[in-house]
Parts: sequence; C-alpha cells; structure tokens
Amino acid sequence: MTRLMRSLEVLRSKGDRALICYLMAGDPTPARAAEIVVAVAEAGADVIELGIPFSDPLADGPSIQAAGQRALNAGTTVPVCLDIVRQVRRTADTPIVLMTYLNPILSYGLQRFAADAADAGADGAILVDLTPDEAEEWQEAAAAAGLGTVFLLAPTSTPERIRLVGRLCTGFVYCVARTGVTGARVDLPPDLPELLARVRAETDRPVGVGFGISTPEQVRTVAELADGVIVGSALVNVVAEAGDSPDAASAAAELVRSLKAGTRRA
Amino acid sequence: MPDALMPDARGHFGAFGGRYVPETLVPALDELLATYLACREDAAFLARLADIQRDYVGRPTPLYHARRLGDKVGCDVYLKREDLCHTGAHKINNALGQALVAKRMGKPRVIAETGAGQHGVATATACALLDLRCDVYMGEEDIRRQALNVHRMHLLGARVLPVTSGTRTLKDATNEAMRDWVANVRDTHYIVGSVVGPHPFPMIVRDFQSIIGREARAQFSEAMGRLPSVVTACVGGGSNAMGMFHAFVPDAGVRLVGVEAAGRGVETGEHCATLSVGRPGVLHGSRSYLLQDGDGQVLPSHSISAGLDYPGVGPEHSHMKETGRAEYVSVTDDEALVGFQMLSRTEGIIPALESSHAIANLAALAPTVPSGGSVLLCLSGRGDKDMETAVSALGLGNALNGGQR
Repeated sequence: MTRLMRSLEVLRSKGDRALICYLMAGDPTPARAAEIVVAVAEAGADVIELGIPFSDPLADGPSIQAAGQRALNAGTTVPVCLDIVRQVRRTADTPIVLMTYLNPILSYGLQRFAADAADAGADGAILVDLTPDEAEEWQEAAAAAGLGTVFLLAPTSTPERIRLVGRLCTGFVYCVARTGVTGARVDLPPDLPELLARVRAETDRPVGVGFGISTPEQVRTVAELADGVIVGSALVNVVAEAGDSPDAASAAAELVRSLKAGTRRA
Repeated sequence: MPDALMPDARGHFGAFGGRYVPETLVPALDELLATYLACREDAAFLARLADIQRDYVGRPTPLYHARRLGDKVGCDVYLKREDLCHTGAHKINNALGQALVAKRMGKPRVIAETGAGQHGVATATACALLDLRCDVYMGEEDIRRQALNVHRMHLLGARVLPVTSGTRTLKDATNEAMRDWVANVRDTHYIVGSVVGPHPFPMIVRDFQSIIGREARAQFSEAMGRLPSVVTACVGGGSNAMGMFHAFVPDAGVRLVGVEAAGRGVETGEHCATLSVGRPGVLHGSRSYLLQDGDGQVLPSHSISAGLDYPGVGPEHSHMKETGRAEYVSVTDDEALVGFQMLSRTEGIIPALESSHAIANLAALAPTVPSGGSVLLCLSGRGDKDMETAVSALGLGNALNGGQR
C-alpha cells in the first residue's frame, strides 16, 4: 500500500486532490481494457480503481452493470484481470485498487487472491459487499500479502461505524456520497458537506468520495471537501460509446484530463 | 426457543449466513434486528399477530390425511394445508409478520421481490391491510408465466416493477429490490420473501414461518399420539421447508427431507438443485450453497416452477445439510408435473407446481418409511396460478376437447 499512501501524501502536500478513476477490467475486451487503463493513467488519474466483473453487482447502477456484462461476455475472469494489472505495470506506476464483490474472490481463494493481486502489482482491493464485520479472514490474507484494504462508508453510517471503517482502511476511506447505487447523476447530494464533516470528526484517514460524480464541475465541488474524488460510471459510459475501437482509450483520456483540472489547486 | 436453533449474534448458522451487504444497509439491518427482537418479546405485538393469523389468514390450517394419495404412492401421507391460507400459499405468514414490523419501525413504504408472484401477492395483501405503500420487483419472464398474480397485485394496490436484467427471474428481481433498498433505506422496509438474505432476514422469515411446523407437530401428535417418521417440503429459497422443519429439528427420530427442483435434469445444467450440486458462496447478503461456475459467477437457474427458480438457498438449510440433520434430494420438471396431476386426481386438490415437487418425491420416499410410519408433507400453495404453465406443459391445450384420462 506504500505506493498508494505515498501518492496521496504527495498530492496532499501540494494541496491537490486525488482523481480516482474507475474502469471495468475486460471492458470491452481484456486487451483493449489494458490500453484504456494506461491512457487514463497517463492523462492524469492519480489512482485507478479496476473493477473485476461479477454476475450480480447489487450496488451498481445500469452503466457499471452493463460494463460488467460486456467484460464477462469477453471472457474476463479474475486471472484475466490480474493479467491486465501486469500489463499496465509495464508502463504505468499509478496505484491500482481492485474493486469487486466477494464471491469471485471467495471462489478464487482469499489468500491466493491477495498474494496474486499483490504480485501482479495491485496496491489494494475493495470488496463492496464485505463490511468490516465479516472481514477478519480477508484482512489477515491481505495484510500477509501486503495488499491494502479499503472499506466503504455511507451516509447512513453511525459514528461508531465511521471509526471502525477508518481504523481498518489502509490508504483511504471510500465514502459513498449518497444512499443508492453507482451511476452518473445531475446533482450532487445537498448534504454532502455535512456527511464529510461527520466523517472527518471520526477519522483522520484520507477520504475519497464517489457515487454519482461525473462532470468537471462536480469534481471541483467535491474536491473542496474530500481528499479524493472518484469517477466511475461517466468513464465507463465513454468506453461503452466507443465500443471495441482504439477511440475508447483516447476518449477516456480526454475525459480524465478535463476532470483532473478540477482536482488541482487553482 | 432453544439456543441450538438460534444463529450466533452475527447471524451465522455454522459456517453459513452472516451479513454481506454494502455498508449503506448495515444500520438498517441493525435497526430491523433491534425492532424485531423487541417485537418478539412484546405481548401486544404477538397478540395482534395471533389475531391476524386466526381471523385473516385462517390459521390454524388443517392437517389432512391424504388416504387415496397414500395408497397411490405406497405410504401413509398427511398434508399440512398451507394452500388454504388466505392468498393461497404460506408466503402470507411472513409477509404479514414483517409488515407489522415495518409499521412499528415507522417505514411507510415496503418493497419485495417475487418469483411465482405468491410472495408479491402476500406482501401486497399485507400492505393493503396495514396501509403501507408497496412496490414489487418481478422478472419479465415471471410476469409472463404468472400473469394472474400480477393482476392480483395490481388490484391490491401494489406497483409491479418489471426486471429486465440477467435471466429476468427471481435472482434478478432480488438484485433490483436490493438496489432499491440501498437507495431508499431510510423510509423503506424490504420484505424478503424467503429464508435468504443478510442477517437477520433468514431468522425472521423462519420465525414467522415456523408456525407451520408448530401447528403441524401439535395436530399430528394429537391425532396419532406419535410423531411422523418423515417431514418433507419443497425447497427453493426454502421458507416453507424451514417453517415446517423447525419444530421437528430437536426430534432426532424424525427425518427431514427437502426436495429441490432438478429442472430439465441435474446433468443438463438447467435446474436449481442448489444444495444437491452447488458449492458454498455469497449471494444476496449471506453465505450459503450457490449455483456458480468455476470463476464464482452465479449460474442461471431453471425450473418449471417460478417459485423454485433461484440459484441460492437459505443458509440454515446449508447448515442442516452440512450437519446431516436434513437430507436434500431433487425431482425434475416432468416428475413435478406427474405429482401435480396425481394430487389433483387422487384427492381433488390442485397443488402449486412448487409443492408438486414434494408430492412427486413421495414415491421414492415410500420404501424408506418404516411400517406403521407416516410422511408429513407441507403443501405450501395451491395451483390456480400455474394453470397456464401446466396446461401448456401437459399438452392439454383446447378447453373444449374434454381433457385427458
């Protein structure tokens, strides 16, 4: 996790915020996905969240559901995702956090996954349906492999749970901006400043905010409040529009450049 | 309630169960657990529930000695008549209980998932009775094959929201209901329809359904002065089976047999025999047996009965399989259709296709029943809703052709 922590520290010292970019591994194809990740890293993403597709993504809205289905149709498995990480590592040093649901990882084996992910060059992992309550075995496996663990906080989280999640996250705390699934929205939730204040009161970890952030203006607003701004569905939609063509990488990179401007100190 | 029958504090039944959900839902599950535990100790709540069960649902449901069916299959058979519950299936036991809990939590809106539509109808009914808003998620494929129940839900004032993702059946309806709950958790209660989902749902649904087995055990003992040799029920998610089995778990001499749907045959891959051929995994909030491929992706399931068409199963069933307390077998679509016709013709009772799976297994069970012993079967629902599916599968076709012998 040192690469992820170092990266966030450097940004913090400059007064910048991290732009955290979510992409679905294997969408539209495994080969194309590696190109897209590299292009997004070169365009200024500070952290890459790389989704491993799951058949039943119950925290995701239509954009990421469809991306996962495209990836699965293209034959994307856990080993394929780890191979994408390896390919990206040949050219890019940007921290990579893998994001998925528990079952594919359980099926692969928790210890084996933690070891293989770290070996491939991933820095951490987020398992959306694994809260700290059930995470003991996973944390031991991740710690043994030197893989970071990130857990989610939500607007419904109590102060006790914010402290619990803060204590168990390595790297950053992933704060879900709204009650709901992933997906681009027109407006930011009005109670976001209050949510961030509640989180800050209980933990001094860097806080990344995601779910429903898609435009440079939204990124700029959230960057005033958080240490990192997470953009997912908007990027995934750009990839979907381009289809299986080299345009996907350049279109994603262009969006990332416009988003990144919002996280730099003016 | 004996401790051996309770999950641990975090909802584990042995290696199964627990709570695997997005963080957003954790406080709602804590609130539900606290409210439910308070309800369970509250005399006024229990009295209200008992009144509704008696005067509205029609409990206790009869225990019926099915002599002609018994002669046909070769063993003594008793049916617990959950098909005679208001709305036509056992689902109402849980829906009313949870709707009362939702009312107590002050949540004005209820959502539910449904496969066959029985849980959707039961939830819509409970919401009409208790003045709650109701939205039911149902797969497009199930809307097609269970149109009658869709009309019933509409008439009861519920909205039916079609689900077009995945296989368009119960699994996908459950995904959509979960997504809705994550978004609207502050004013919405999700009435999970089976003994599945994150803790405390498997425990709550089981407790509200366990009235089936408590009544049946008392009725059987009173009539016969002994207990049945075998207690059996169909298993999809497993709520009627768990409700029936639970009172008999401490009775070591009573065999518990769950009957899963083998669809077109377990060897074809088109089935939902989760406990028979699945392996443990995590879906919809708990750890349990699951139909999944080698990469941990959930497999599409198939059954002629929409209510069993689900790739998961309740965690307590997984635990009972693991400990050997219950046995699980499976019967195919075709066998279930034979059971469907057999009960109709021997007893004048048209069963739901779900319950027909348990009927169909009686012939295989009969030789294993000791002489003088009896089988107690949970007839979980009635078959009106399945007329179209059954008529088309059996090739009965034209209503004017006089039927077949």
